[in-house]
Amino acid sequence: MLYFSKLRILFISLFSLLFILIASSNLFKVDDGFFDKKINLGLDLQGGSYLLLEIDNDPVIEQKLQNLTTTIRNYFKDKDIKINNIKIDKQNIFFNVLDQNKKIIIDTFEDENSDINPYYPRFKSHQLILEDTGLNFKVSFSKQGLIALKTSSQDQAIEIVRRRIDEVGTNEPNILKRGNNRILVELPGLDDPMRVKSLLGKTANLTFRFVTNDNNDSFGVDKLKFEDGLDEATVSKRIIISGDNLLDAQPKMDTQTNQTIVSFSLDRVGAKRFGKATSTGIGKQLAIVLDGKIISAPVVRDTIASGSGQISGDFTFQTATDLALLLRSGALPAPLNIIEERTVGPDLGQDSINAGMIALAIGFLLVIIFMFVKYRIFGLITNVTLIINLFILLGILTLFEATLTLPGIAGIILTVGMAVDANVLIFERIKEELKDEKNNIIAFDSGYTKSRTAIIDANITTLLAAIILFFMGSGPVKGFSVTLGVGIFTTLFSVYFIARLFTSIYVSKNRNKEKLI
Amino acid sequence: MIAFNKYYNHFNAVSTFLIVASLILLVFKGLNFGIDFKGGTLIELRSTDTKISVSSLRDKFSQMNLGDVSVKKFGNDTDYLIKFENKDNKKNIIEEIKSNLDKSFGNNFNFRRVENVGPKVSAELLKSGVIAISLSLAIMLFYIWIRFEWQFSLGAILALFHDVIVTLGVFSLFSLEINLSIIAAVLTIVGYSMNDTVVIFDRVRENLRKYADIKIYELTNISINETLSRTIITSATTLLALLAIYLFGGEILKGFSLAMIMGVIFGTYSSIYIANAVLVRLKVSQKTVLREDKE
Repeated sequence: MLYFSKLRILFISLFSLLFILIASSNLFKVDDGFFDKKINLGLDLQGGSYLLLEIDNDPVIEQKLQNLTTTIRNYFKDKDIKINNIKIDKQNIFFNVLDQNKKIIIDTFEDENSDINPYYPRFKSHQLILEDTGLNFKVSFSKQGLIALKTSSQDQAIEIVRRRIDEVGTNEPNILKRGNNRILVELPGLDDPMRVKSLLGKTANLTFRFVTNDNNDSFGVDKLKFEDGLDEATVSKRIIISGDNLLDAQPKMDTQTNQTIVSFSLDRVGAKRFGKATSTGIGKQLAIVLDGKIISAPVVRDTIASGSGQISGDFTFQTATDLALLLRSGALPAPLNIIEERTVGPDLGQDSINAGMIALAIGFLLVIIFMFVKYRIFGLITNVTLIINLFILLGILTLFEATLTLPGIAGIILTVGMAVDANVLIFERIKEELKDEKNNIIAFDSGYTKSRTAIIDANITTLLAAIILFFMGSGPVKGFSVTLGVGIFTTLFSVYFIARLFTSIYVSKNRNKEKLI
Repeated sequence: MIAFNKYYNHFNAVSTFLIVASLILLVFKGLNFGIDFKGGTLIELRSTDTKISVSSLRDKFSQMNLGDVSVKKFGNDTDYLIKFENKDNKKNIIEEIKSNLDKSFGNNFNFRRVENVGPKVSAELLKSGVIAISLSLAIMLFYIWIRFEWQFSLGAILALFHDVIVTLGVFSLFSLEINLSIIAAVLTIVGYSMNDTVVIFDRVRENLRKYADIKIYELTNISINETLSRTIITSATTLLALLAIYLFGGEILKGFSLAMIMGVIFGTYSSIYIANAVLVRLKVSQKTVLREDKE
């Protein structure tokens, strides 16, 4: 136990030195590809926003079902089957057919090559479920169909969220999927979290539709409120152009009216439709509708064939800039709700770093003094080991570019407190052995051997707790489990290699000394 | 040698009382859940104007129709912690508060921290917290079961339950806030308490093999004394580290370090007076460990 080969000593020294170097690279700016790694600071330390967004898929489901009714009606119309009494609630479509047609309907829905009900061979499931309730047929999404729908709206939403955040120009945002209907957004060092929140909170569904007084409009009508919430107008459901047709949008100053406006340009299809609509609709009011509210409803005075136009409204420069940004980056497939938000200002982050570092320094000092007073030379060995242990711990966190949070710093401090445990177990055991054994070297040897099971057991229990915390915990708490868990390994390494090396050197030199410890 | 074993009965009675009292508190008074588990909004404010008083700030907030608002000083004289339920989950609530404060007090407030947890998320966080703690207890039980005989497992687990329940009991008694970091603390306490118990048990087992003629009542006492200096030193260094966090680590870590400090004290106590007392009550003897050695 006390013997170390030269090769081993070399290995231990190099290993420790390497991690000390890696750890110290946090202090310097180096760009050589190896020592440029740094420990990431968590949002609670560097300041920033953590936002958990949930996609509200209900409107998407309703919209899909709405479209589906048309599809079903037309599909069976071609087969001379009339679909009667179509009704929609939030999750289902209901309809009736004549009894002799029931079988065709059922067969069509259950056919694996069905035109209206896609089949997923991998999951052995259709997109839709058809049920005969006795009174009528009920069509709803199958479990797999819902998953497919949610996944696709999540894919679209995360793309739009990314574009919007990129446009704001935050550095190194972290945008991740969570489950199949959530998006996690981490924005380090954000100046104005409220702006991002309001940008992400808007669906940005833009449509241009004519204002109509004709309640018998063949497309149906919507009664919509203006942005100011006071006026109302009846608007046709027929969409002239939508946000999808926009190529670009920019905030501008109208030189004639001195108002802030948003100018836009349309793609080919959009320009064509816009041109046609403005030529036939001169004198009519064209409502510009954003997320179910009318921004403005200017009267068409002229045919606009150029494919560009402008939106006026009660804009400040900021709101116009944001609207243009939203229009450029596209509409979300469904509304997003912020279901969890944690924002830390940069000054609180800095205060937390300072407090954490002071606590670490003081905790460290207290432990070191205590150990030295208690064990003298062996306390010194423990302390040197503790310092190297700390560097290796920081080195590993640096190497894996782990995220350090405030609870993470607490984890490091706690590691300092608990790391002496293994050394204490060994030293106390050696003391006991020395009561019966006069040979220092043998006593040290058996002290190490006999304390091993207790040390391993004790460390595994803490490690298990850290592992559970890692998988169950969230955010900053996860950082705690990382430092605590990694700390256990570095502690065992430093106790069994570094501390033992020092101990062996000291004991070999003082093999005949009495009252060694 | 200190005669710890003389007080097994006394302290078992004390512990039973503590556990029952804690359970009663937990059932009837409940825990003071923070927004992590209850949902709601938390704002940490710093004012640059020292003349603003808590009561004027409290008045202002209660006029804002936020429901039940709590306004407290937070560490510093110029720092405030505001909490409310945010039942309607209003989207622009922070902007509204900001403009309201600016109107009444001038632009003197710095929003240092804003946390908003929706009801769905808080329910999930609570569930995963409960699962995490239950899971850790189950895994510890399993680990100690494969490492030791069942009598030891029972002792260790009773000690663990004691530590967790009494720590939570103290939190309930003083209405201290339970948030995510407290769950982390409880899990660490579970690890620490186990750690401490295992070290003594390891020695008990070793001594059981060594001495056939010493009764378990004496034997546990010998083992506790042999490992006593280690127990004291490790808990002392751990407490020193935790004390440093508690005093200097800032307001955010206060609850966490306080829970840990209690946990370390209870954990050290329970390793001696619960875990070992269970071994005595179950009449563990040399046969118990030798049977396993044969297997």
